Amino acid sequence: MVAEKPSTKNISVTIRVWRQPSAAQPGRFVDYPARDLNPNMSLLEMLDVVNDQLERIGEDPIAFAHDCREGICGTCSLVIDGKPHGPHHGVASCQTYMRSFEDGSVITIEPFRARPFPVIKDLITDRSAFDKIQQAGGFISIRTGSACDANATPIPKETADLAMDAAQCIGCGACVAACKNASAMLFVSAKVSQLGLLPQGQPERDSRVLNMVAKMDELGFGNCTNQYECSAACPKLISHDFIARMNRDYIAASFRAAFKPKPAAGSGGGA
Amino acid sequence: MATLNSNVPPGPLADKWRTYKSNLKLVNPANKRKYEVVIVGAGLAGASAAATLSELGYRVKCIVFHDSPRRAHSIAAQGGINAAKNYQNDGDSVHRLFYDTLKGGDYRARESNVHRLAEVSVNIIDQCVAQGVPFAREYGGLLANRSFGGAQVSRTFYARGQTGQQLLLGAYSALSKQVGAGAVELVTQHEMVDLVVVDGHARGVITRDLVTGKFHRHSGEAVIIATGGYGNVFNLSTYARGSNTTAIWRAYKRGACFANPCYTQIHPTCIPVSGDYQSKLTLMSESLRNDGRIWVPKKNEDCKKAPADIPEEDRDYFLERIYPSFGNLAPRDVSSRAAKRMCDEGRGVGETGLGVYLDFAEAIQRYGKQVAARANLVNPSKEKILELGEAAVKERYGNLFDIYHEITNESAYKQPMRIYPAVHYTMGGLWVDYNLMSNVPGLFVLGEANFSDHGANRLGASALMQGLADGYFVVPYTIGNYLATLKPNSRPSTDAPEFKAAEENAASIVKRLLAAKGKEPVNHYHKKLGKLMWDYCGMSRTKEGLEKAILEIGKLREEFWANVNVPGSGDNMNQALERANRVADFIELGQLMCRDALAREESCGGHFREEHQYPDGECKRDDEKFAHVAAWEFQGEGSVPLRNIEPLNYEFTKMSVRSYK
Repeated sequence: MVAEKPSTKNISVTIRVWRQPSAAQPGRFVDYPARDLNPNMSLLEMLDVVNDQLERIGEDPIAFAHDCREGICGTCSLVIDGKPHGPHHGVASCQTYMRSFEDGSVITIEPFRARPFPVIKDLITDRSAFDKIQQAGGFISIRTGSACDANATPIPKETADLAMDAAQCIGCGACVAACKNASAMLFVSAKVSQLGLLPQGQPERDSRVLNMVAKMDELGFGNCTNQYECSAACPKLISHDFIARMNRDYIAASFRAAFKPKPAAGSGGGA
Repeated sequence: MATLNSNVPPGPLADKWRTYKSNLKLVNPANKRKYEVVIVGAGLAGASAAATLSELGYRVKCIVFHDSPRRAHSIAAQGGINAAKNYQNDGDSVHRLFYDTLKGGDYRARESNVHRLAEVSVNIIDQCVAQGVPFAREYGGLLANRSFGGAQVSRTFYARGQTGQQLLLGAYSALSKQVGAGAVELVTQHEMVDLVVVDGHARGVITRDLVTGKFHRHSGEAVIIATGGYGNVFNLSTYARGSNTTAIWRAYKRGACFANPCYTQIHPTCIPVSGDYQSKLTLMSESLRNDGRIWVPKKNEDCKKAPADIPEEDRDYFLERIYPSFGNLAPRDVSSRAAKRMCDEGRGVGETGLGVYLDFAEAIQRYGKQVAARANLVNPSKEKILELGEAAVKERYGNLFDIYHEITNESAYKQPMRIYPAVHYTMGGLWVDYNLMSNVPGLFVLGEANFSDHGANRLGASALMQGLADGYFVVPYTIGNYLATLKPNSRPSTDAPEFKAAEENAASIVKRLLAAKGKEPVNHYHKKLGKLMWDYCGMSRTKEGLEKAILEIGKLREEFWANVNVPGSGDNMNQALERANRVADFIELGQLMCRDALAREESCGGHFREEHQYPDGECKRDDEKFAHVAAWEFQGEGSVPLRNIEPLNYEFTKMSVRSYK
């Protein structure tokens, strides 16, 4: 249960954690007590403390993904009391602190659940599908060393700022976990919009959106529900407006692709 | 004894790189695909090298322990990246960036490397903008800059407080393009656990698959290690929890020299430690020092008072007082030590007394009045000015103020931040020559994992610059010069006895860890090691302290192997085992760092020996005895490592006393 006022005294809670030895084996919830916790402790630090206790008695610690612990690497990926990244808006799991919970509460902790993100162990899922979408078109083809001077193309501040809003995506997958269709459209649209807004991204704008969307569909992510749970769960509060922008780009690109004149083939070779 | 030839090319400083580049041996385009380069790590340095080398046509395999290359800790760099573009017309130049970086490093870096870094800095910005990195811009559409410590020009490019993220995602997108095209083989969730050396040349690595626990062999004509720094030896640091030394440490044990391991950067502005459970410390970007003023109470008895109750005349803005020409933008080592001195005098603030204030009240007033004047408000109320000022500060630093609030539950708009120095970066690393090749031929080391460019102290916004310089613009040239000496397709088979031996070595370590079945979890030992390192090899060091630490760490090592408890097995995902494998290496490295700090009988940059200081507490270098790189060479388990020396020959710059006053 989420505390209405942040706790200042030490608290004790029970955590109800999803334990699953591997993708092939079934999982279940297991309860663990976590006592006398400093309210300034992060939720992940609480898991560290519980794990130290488990390791001391030779039991398998709870596997969870984490790295930077400052909300930027996108590794941590917990569903806390039913919400991806927990009760607070605009933060990742690692930025959830124990002061947010009532003394005596039961905190349920699960992995992100979506078919394209299979469980590897306990709270860790395989999110390599996001890398595959990125590889399908999430880039500007610029060979190292071939760039022109950085100030050669002025970009209006508003455009650069909007591109930055989209570029903030940390690739955690909370948008997919929050969506009942397991849609990845917020993730994909963030990259499509960032690059599509900038002049440098124009030459590949059509192929980028077509290829990334095709890969997203192929990997089993669903379509947008238009309910925007994704934006609500996003630790960087990326706006669902970018999904609309991607849809416009997609339609335009599809038409252009259908009616595009074909260049004359076979111009290779030569002396 | 290792041969340490820096291979610095002859000629005038400003021409070295250009001339050298045009004389390097080349590999013909059709032959490039017959050379395989194994790259370990995909942060700024690793990802940029992997993308660039594969664009050139080499076969590239890129190995990361994360689940995706985008998770590397480069992503957490906040403030910015330096480049000598001089877009601000404020007198910047390649020479000035070179000089600032060399001086910032307290004259303990190689002149030629630093100059090259400053030269290619401008290409990096061009490259990143072309990739779609959304740097901050001015209203006219041109790129914006801000100032960082140790410089008197504005040469830092930034993307809000997330510059590292945007640069890494740029390099990641370049890498992804090559992976998608089938030009790079990406291997995720594999940790490098040994280097394979065949006939004295690095020819591959052994990895452990962190999901299945299986060992794998990877063979190549060359190996690149770009696995970052080793600051987690202190347990508490601003590093990601997974950052580790295992790749470079195991390479050290295969003969690569470890240079200047004691050079550690302690960053002045981090959120103070609050309890024993703590797993990491969080940085508050140096960019905050553009506007924040650092102070402590003048009187010890004021320390427990609320900051608002301490009148202006009772505050000591100590950086502005001691270093008037750089003020709050004094370099990191200097600022950190000054903060420590204030706390040692009993004038630290917060519950533990280990903290100083970083205050934005003056900036809020200044911006508030500016905005009000621009909006033509007549006699604006105090509240209005405060509101406008807070909004202006929020626009600049909002995300950092949010992070501070999440962690401390305090608003830095209403009261000053409390900050304290914390471990942030390691300037030391594997020794490399001008080509970024270690003393083991075929092993190249990039980014924070090498020792090359920052001397004894790194300036802010220079880590991103170095990582990308190494990966995009240096190693793609220099590695060709090495590969051209080899026959195409000459990499050994992974059935070679050296591969078998290396795999057995890595497997035996895992087996021993699992067999210990003692009483304490891995974290227990990591915390103990961290405390020893912080107390004796942290911001200030003494002979007695270091000698004691060397003994204590030796004992800790024995205790660890006898009494650690790693549950589970080695044939599936086992995070306790991953940690144990890394902590085992940290313990050994910690001892080497203390040895290095003990042997360096001088103070320079981040290395401060209490015995060697000026009366005002500043670093006292000894250029006669210590103007050199110390490169430690492994001599076998249980033997004291050998301290080799590479003299630093300053041909163009005069080593002088570094002053920011």
